[in-house]
Amino acid sequence: MIPAAFDYHKATSVAEAVGLLKEHGMDAKILAGGHSLIPAMKLRLNQPELLIDISGIADLKGIKDEGRKLVIGAACTHGAIASSAEVNKDAPILAITAKTIGDIQIRNKGTIGGSIAHADPAADWPAALIAADATIEVLGGGGSRTIAATDFFTGIYDTALEEDEVIIAIHVPKVSSTFTSAYAKFFQPASRFAIVGCAVVMEMKDNYCVSARVAFTGVSDMAFFDEKVSSALAGKSLNDETIAAAAAQAAQGVDTLGDHFASEEYREHLAKVYAERAIREAIA
Amino acid sequence: MKKQINLTVNGKAYSHEVEARLLLVHYLRDELRLTGTHVGCDTSSCGSCTILMDGLAVKCCTLLAVQADGANITTIEGLADNDSLHPLQEGFREEHGLQCGFCTPGMIMTAADLLSTNSDPSEQEIRHALEGNFCRCTGYHNIVKSIQYAANKINNKEVAS
Ligand SMILES: Cc1cc2nc3c(=O)[nH]c(=O)nc-3n(C[C@H](O)[C@H](O)[C@H](O)COP(=O)(O)OP(=O)(O)OC[C@H]3O[C@@H](n4cnc5c(N)ncnc54)[C@H](O)[C@@H]3O)c2cc1C
Ligand code: FES
Ligand code: FES
Repeated sequence: MIPAAFDYHKATSVAEAVGLLKEHGMDAKILAGGHSLIPAMKLRLNQPELLIDISGIADLKGIKDEGRKLVIGAACTHGAIASSAEVNKDAPILAITAKTIGDIQIRNKGTIGGSIAHADPAADWPAALIAADATIEVLGGGGSRTIAATDFFTGIYDTALEEDEVIIAIHVPKVSSTFTSAYAKFFQPASRFAIVGCAVVMEMKDNYCVSARVAFTGVSDMAFFDEKVSSALAGKSLNDETIAAAAAQAAQGVDTLGDHFASEEYREHLAKVYAERAIREAIA
Repeated sequence: MKKQINLTVNGKAYSHEVEARLLLVHYLRDELRLTGTHVGCDTSSCGSCTILMDGLAVKCCTLLAVQADGANITTIEGLADNDSLHPLQEGFREEHGLQCGFCTPGMIMTAADLLSTNSDPSEQEIRHALEGNFCRCTGYHNIVKSIQYAANKINNKEVAS
């Protein structure tokens, strides 16, 4: 399969990439790892006239410690995030999640910015970033702004990004050692995308859950913060009963996806099962 | 529109004008005639097109040749040291890690990435590392043994004879 012809430009700065997006509008696409875009172009589902490669922009590739948060460049690969000592220590939910994406080869090329811009409803990053309470820094023709991860995903392959905006970095609040995290994922066996993925970040004092953030991917058109499960955990001593009661609230009131991988009813069931698994794993 | 690319493949420098849409796997196979890198699925699933790009295993059916500008690439043809096989190649021979051999170059290049970061992987870690590589013949068991053979050899441990 061969993509339709296009022009290619390797950008040397984000400002240059934004300028080109502004100039070419819908005809241009950012290229990061290419591991969502190139397959779509090979199938001719996508036929941009210009690809703007951002993989050579050094500013987009670092992981910086900014005191109370980590700032992860949009062009960091899943693999670089999975193996980063800073991320494993200060934002473990991201490292745990990164390790479940695709396979070694995909993790070596695919980037966090590319994944969230693409916003596949079965992608893993969205759940982790919502559970981590991350914010997304973008730059566009109208200047720079930040968008909370909870507001970023707006539908199937749809985000709050404007046409001429480039994702610069993901800001992730650091967690202390009183926090515990887990990601439980029901793998689509061939692609390894999430049929259902549940990310949990909780602050614990012994058995007592001080606060909790639970988020899902795969269940619905877009990843979401599960308010009900999160608040059912906060302020409780966690035991079989309280965990089961919280997990039973999973994905209530969301419009559940049904497809040839899993029906709506099955996904609703999986959401409860994977919420319970993630909570148990977090405190194990 | 054609673009100039300069890259190193198996230690040799190359410079070519390529169409932007040319896939890296076609550049390697058709332009450089390095046909050891296979195309199984053409959809980034099977891993038979795996090569090392700047030391990392990647599926080059899902990369453009222009993305490899400036890169240092190793394909299966570049793994042996002249006449002496790489420990992974030796392992696949000794442990019967292949039948038809179609998946083998990709298996070996993925295993090379694994061993570069974890020279003594457990069986579980080896199986985990091969998630993106399919073999339709062997049932994987001997592939795992072949990689263990290579790890042992690299670590100067005794290898089964
Ligand atoms: C075989 C296979 C298995 C996979 N398995 C999984 C899995 O288990 N879980 C999972 O979550 N994902 C999975 N993926 C998807 C993978 O993680 C992709 O790498 C990722 O979705 C896209 O990242 P990329 O850097 O390759 O983006 P690209 O393909 O380069 O770009 C994707 C889209 O994002 C836009 N874009 C990229 N970067 C930016 C930016 N900085 N600002 C604005 N827009 C941008 C592009 O214009 C394009 O529209 C899989 C992919 C493959 C091929
Ligand atoms: S041919 Fe590239 S992964 Fe199958
Ligand atoms: S040896 Fe035939 S596909 Fe693996």
